[in-house]
Amino acid sequence: MLGLEELSREEILAILDTAESFAEISNRSRKKVPALQGRIVFNLFFENSTRTRTSFSLAAKRLSADTQDFTASVSSLSKGETFIDTAKNIEAMGADVMVVRHPTPGAPHLLSQHVSSSIINAGDGAHEHPTQGLLDLMTIRKAKGRIEGLTVGLVGDIAHSRVARSNIWGLLKLGAKVILCGPPTLVPKAMERLGCEVAYRLEDVLPRCDVVNVLRIQFERQQGGMFPSVGEYSQFYMMNQERVRMAKPDLLLLAPGPINRGVELTPEVADGPHSAILDQVKNGLAVRMAVLYLLSGKLDARSPAAE
Amino acid sequence: MGKLALPTIQITGGRIIDPAQGLDHVGDLWISRGRILPTGGVNEEAEVVIDARGKIVCPGLIDLHVHLREPGNEEDETIATGAASALAGGVTSVACMPNTIPPIDTQAAAEFVVLQGQRARQANVYPVGAVSKGRKGEELAALGQLVAGGAVAFTDDGAPVANAGLMRRALEYSKMFDLVIMQHCQVPELTVGGVMNEGFESMRLGLGGMPAAAEDIMVARDIRLAEITGGRLHIQHISTARSVELVREGKARGIKVTAEACPHHFSLTDECLRTFDSNFKMNPPLRTAADVEAVIEGLKDGTIEILATDHAPHAREKKMRELDQAPFGIVGLETLIPITVKTLIEPGHLTWPEVIRKLTINPAELLRIPKGTLRPGADADVTVIDASTTWTIDPTQFRSKSRNTPYAGWEVRGRAHTVIVGGEVRYTLGGIVREGVAPAAG
Ligand SMILES: [Zn+2]
Repeated sequence: MLGLEELSREEILAILDTAESFAEISNRSRKKVPALQGRIVFNLFFENSTRTRTSFSLAAKRLSADTQDFTASVSSLSKGETFIDTAKNIEAMGADVMVVRHPTPGAPHLLSQHVSSSIINAGDGAHEHPTQGLLDLMTIRKAKGRIEGLTVGLVGDIAHSRVARSNIWGLLKLGAKVILCGPPTLVPKAMERLGCEVAYRLEDVLPRCDVVNVLRIQFERQQGGMFPSVGEYSQFYMMNQERVRMAKPDLLLLAPGPINRGVELTPEVADGPHSAILDQVKNGLAVRMAVLYLLSGKLDARSPAAE
Repeated sequence: MGKLALPTIQITGGRIIDPAQGLDHVGDLWISRGRILPTGGVNEEAEVVIDARGKIVCPGLIDLHVHLREPGNEEDETIATGAASALAGGVTSVACMPNTIPPIDTQAAAEFVVLQGQRARQANVYPVGAVSKGRKGEELAALGQLVAGGAVAFTDDGAPVANAGLMRRALEYSKMFDLVIMQHCQVPELTVGGVMNEGFESMRLGLGGMPAAAEDIMVARDIRLAEITGGRLHIQHISTARSVELVREGKARGIKVTAEACPHHFSLTDECLRTFDSNFKMNPPLRTAADVEAVIEGLKDGTIEILATDHAPHAREKKMRELDQAPFGIVGLETLIPITVKTLIEPGHLTWPEVIRKLTINPAELLRIPKGTLRPGADADVTVIDASTTWTIDPTQFRSKSRNTPYAGWEVRGRAHTVIVGGEVRYTLGGIVREGVAPAAG
């Protein structure tokens, strides 16, 4: 499970359908199912993300797996040790699934060539964050009843956003129109070749959007100087009440956390009636359960007991 | 071993190609006491006979752009292993880049390279000196002393000479030695954080990009500096369509500018990075199909007169890192012939004599070294190429100390068969050469 680019439309829909059924489990009083009993899920995080890690841990626990966290920064690996060494050690400890977060694009892909555990990409640099993409798709589908034919605006730092890339692949495969909006330094014109519309003025875009997904400015991944100031950015791209009023009355507003309140969107909008931020968190859990569950089918297929 | 001990060698029945003399015919080549003999050979029995029927016999190939990593990074390559790798690739002379630790920026450092090359007794090794002290890009290195130590050209390769004033002085000052300033063309401010070519592919993969314009702008600047100084400028590893055009324009205006292209830049594109495999990470990066086409066009029309490998070995543990942490570059020497055959000769872009010219007399003349021809009396550096043999590239068989290649598993054609340096058979693929006995053909 390395990215949405690799998945077919049918595979994406299958995951979303499975996630819907797990969402129901979350509403029960007993929230556990035995699907991954006896399995070990390792969270291998080379970059901080309490939210994603917690969501994966909780998803694994609800499937009755044992979970273990390994958190390190790439720079803190002891001299000469690579993250491949680290992953091999963790595999030797019996990891069936590794949930990998890494600041470098392709790091989970590299790992998948060196270990035989299942790898779930939990975000690789600016490349992809497939479970985030899936949970956004799930949130949109639940709220709107469909994805095909919708117009979805992704606003902000597209260039450095893995969420944007996973969203783009997923939305296009499921038949949505995607508009990318932000300053030209953060929205490469080349993205049109993916089949998206590229726009620089939010006001022009908003009236056409059924959904707006407000992306976080990736200060940590920028080389600096991508825009003159945070204040100027907010002036042009922050979702505030006034801009919400320019949009369709049933606008659905997504924002992959953690959000910078007062930069990408105002607190009133973040907590307002259009916002689906908390649904996203809830759906994230269901999507991660679904991905782990579907992988466990593959785990069974390769275990000796199944032969 | 003195020269008198060198054997008399007869290479029989090969297709002798020597662009320096305009030769392309089937015949015998005689070597004695380290020198090429006039046609007809000598009235004595050859001590070594090499059957070259069906093969190409040409001047020993010259690669003027290799990194040998010694001193400082002997875990990647040494002068001895790099020079052995050269022979396995059919290359008899290499010019090695000064980006070692410490850099080759003094007479003593250049002499160390020469000495280690002689000790290794593999390919001939020529040092290229640094342009600036410590390769820091601030002050001119002691170019004259480097020449005294054996340097055949100057470059800060690995990094560009970013300072236009310093580049201008280098082009002016080097005129007193008639040596060339080689430049790794890149505006550094435009490539910060870059891992691959900037464009559609880097955007899709979320990887930091290095725009083609970073190269184009530096090429344009340096051609203008070569024009106002009258110095000799050589563009290293040219990779963009616009750069090729700029060199073409510069030449048309009579400016002393030359250029080299590397096999990876005319055989691979930035789409290869979709695998996230660091063996496709180079600097300058793999570009687009349009750039590849332009480089091939430049090779065809003579704008690019030299082929070079930018042989850049790195130990496995370094290349196994994440893409942004892995170093740039690939092992180049041992795949030079087959990749050139596959991408230039087989599609009909260039003929064998044209390719051999770009690998022999052209680099020899650029470096002002007495190599690159089979003229009677010349140093007997000869490469016998089996152009028809097919093989699979297997990095575990490399003579280089490193294994980093994007071509592992490629089915290819063409390979060095026998390599003679200074009248001595130093490499054979077909089997052990026994004195007085012809090795088995094939
Ligand atoms: Zn270079």
